[in-house]
Amino acid sequence: MSILIENISKHFGHFQALSPLSLDIHEGEMIGLLGPSGSGKTTLLRIIAGLEGADTGRIQFGDRDVTNLHVRDRRVGFVFQNYALFRHMTVADNVAFGLEVLPRKERPTPTEIKNRVMHLLEMVQLEHLASRFPSQLSGGQKQRIALARALATQPEVLLLDEPFGALDAKVRKELRRWLRGLHDELGFTSVFVTHDQEEALELSDRVVVMSNGHIEQIDQPGALYASPNSRFVFDFLGNANVFDGKVENGKWQNLQANIVLPNGAEQKDGQLYIRSHEFFVSREPTVQANLPLRVIAINPIGAEVRLELTPIDWHSNDVWEIDLPHKAFDKNGFEKGQTLYVTPKAGYFFAHDAQQPVLLNWDQ
Amino acid sequence: MSSSKHSSNQLRVGDSPLVKWLLIGLTLFLTAILLVVPLIAIFQQAFVEGAAHYFNSLIEADTLHAIGLTLVVAALTVPINLVFGVMLAWAVTRFEFPGRKLLMTLMDIPFAVSPVVAGLLYLLLYGNNGWIGSWLYDQDIQLMFAWPGIVMVTVFVTCPFVARELIPLMQQQGREDEEAAVILGASGWQLFRRVTLPNIKWALIYGVILTNARAVGEFGAVSVVSGNIRGETNTLPLQVQAQYEDYQAAAAFASASLLAMIALLTLLLKAFIEWRQERSLKIEAEKERQVTQ
Repeated sequence: MSILIENISKHFGHFQALSPLSLDIHEGEMIGLLGPSGSGKTTLLRIIAGLEGADTGRIQFGDRDVTNLHVRDRRVGFVFQNYALFRHMTVADNVAFGLEVLPRKERPTPTEIKNRVMHLLEMVQLEHLASRFPSQLSGGQKQRIALARALATQPEVLLLDEPFGALDAKVRKELRRWLRGLHDELGFTSVFVTHDQEEALELSDRVVVMSNGHIEQIDQPGALYASPNSRFVFDFLGNANVFDGKVENGKWQNLQANIVLPNGAEQKDGQLYIRSHEFFVSREPTVQANLPLRVIAINPIGAEVRLELTPIDWHSNDVWEIDLPHKAFDKNGFEKGQTLYVTPKAGYFFAHDAQQPVLLNWDQ
Repeated sequence: MSSSKHSSNQLRVGDSPLVKWLLIGLTLFLTAILLVVPLIAIFQQAFVEGAAHYFNSLIEADTLHAIGLTLVVAALTVPINLVFGVMLAWAVTRFEFPGRKLLMTLMDIPFAVSPVVAGLLYLLLYGNNGWIGSWLYDQDIQLMFAWPGIVMVTVFVTCPFVARELIPLMQQQGREDEEAAVILGASGWQLFRRVTLPNIKWALIYGVILTNARAVGEFGAVSVVSGNIRGETNTLPLQVQAQYEDYQAAAAFASASLLAMIALLTLLLKAFIEWRQERSLKIEAEKERQVTQ
């Protein structure tokens, strides 16, 4: 079922949690609401569910206007961050809850309920735990039961609040893949909240990046990564190094360091955002750049080695991070405390007076 | 290194056997003379003129009436404060509203104020010359010096017990369970009966036991509003005093022994509930430990 959000806003006291925002979610889509804490993503999710009322705007499920519909009657599935399983009920009773509270006329018979519950437990591959209590389950198992419980009434909209937040990395990855499979198989529309960019990019059909109560960008994961449209999105998607430069003689200058402007770049002061893998590393400055850095840490991470670096004789607010393939790292044999020079291959330039970046390439 | 070695050789206060046994001995001695001996003395005094006299004094008409009245007062007070306490706890833990903090403070007034003062206040308001009482008098309704007045002050004195037990628990449990239930389609009543009530069950029972114990034993406030009419408005604690003032010491202690037994029963129930709660927590912890291993 499609979800239409139109001019929704919300404030708590003097705090504007959501500025009027609109969002159109297609049927069967999986949407990730991504943002730091306080960005309003959970508030938006709770407004879609009906757990909070919006100050302005309206919400539509399909053709149905649900703006003033009570939570109970919206019939959405909701998975809470801490699962919110009923601790005094067995796993089976938890899953059956949504069916058992149905009005008598709609309620299935006890045998039907039992069969449906077993079917749901099979679907989440936990049928052997039917008579356990929530306190006897691991985090990943609780999450699956919470999902089975939310799906028991066959909702067409599934909302998930930080669904994998409390799980360890391995279980998280596994559950993510499994949830995506379930979503594709059953065809409901899902909206989930996360602060983990990797999770949002991997799981969503489209990612909604939020900050300070408004939407920064809505895009497919690939497009979002390739063309972030604001400094915030760039910062939040992570792993970008920022070079603040003033134009002098065809170069961006920052104290002793400089980068040559590529062909076609505007002669403007501004900030250059360069992703950690878009660098060439050497022991001497190159004709394109003179960016001396000191190695302060070396961390092998998966297929790459991450170097943490601080500027020498120029200024940057953050530590720089550069990812090198093991091969390139081994060839150079860098050590902590050494000085090295980096040269950007590609970057995004935000002029001081611009909101949107320009993509630059130094590759010939 | 040397300083840590030094400190590990030092005895903490209370580690010395002398201090330890002195403290334990003193505590036991004080417990005995302040709590245990008086309790035993009640029963000893009650039976000082023999068992026959004990039972005869209990089935004396005025005493029987006092027992009956006390039970009626408790039977009315407990349900009223059960409902009120749940409502109060629900309101302050589930809703944000102006004056919420003030309400939580006001709730403790019955604990803070002397029951005699509470009784006087009710007399002032609802007595025949009182603000509300004079109007009620014109309608031919008499609250003070009758059982309704006794119930009213008892409700006042015991009203914080249930809410005080529930509020910390409900705050700690949060509202996610309830939100989950409503999203799954539960009506207000289904939510309360199937989710909220099981979560607060033991705290609720505990609150009820305390309310009951206090309702049965209340003296000060009841004394002011009852008018002390024997066989009519005397509750058991008032009957004890009346008998004692009549130099019927053994009868007074016989009545008092009933109150003492109710108190002991309350403690027993309290211990049982605490044991139940602790056991269920332990079992949960044990299961959780097994799962994580």
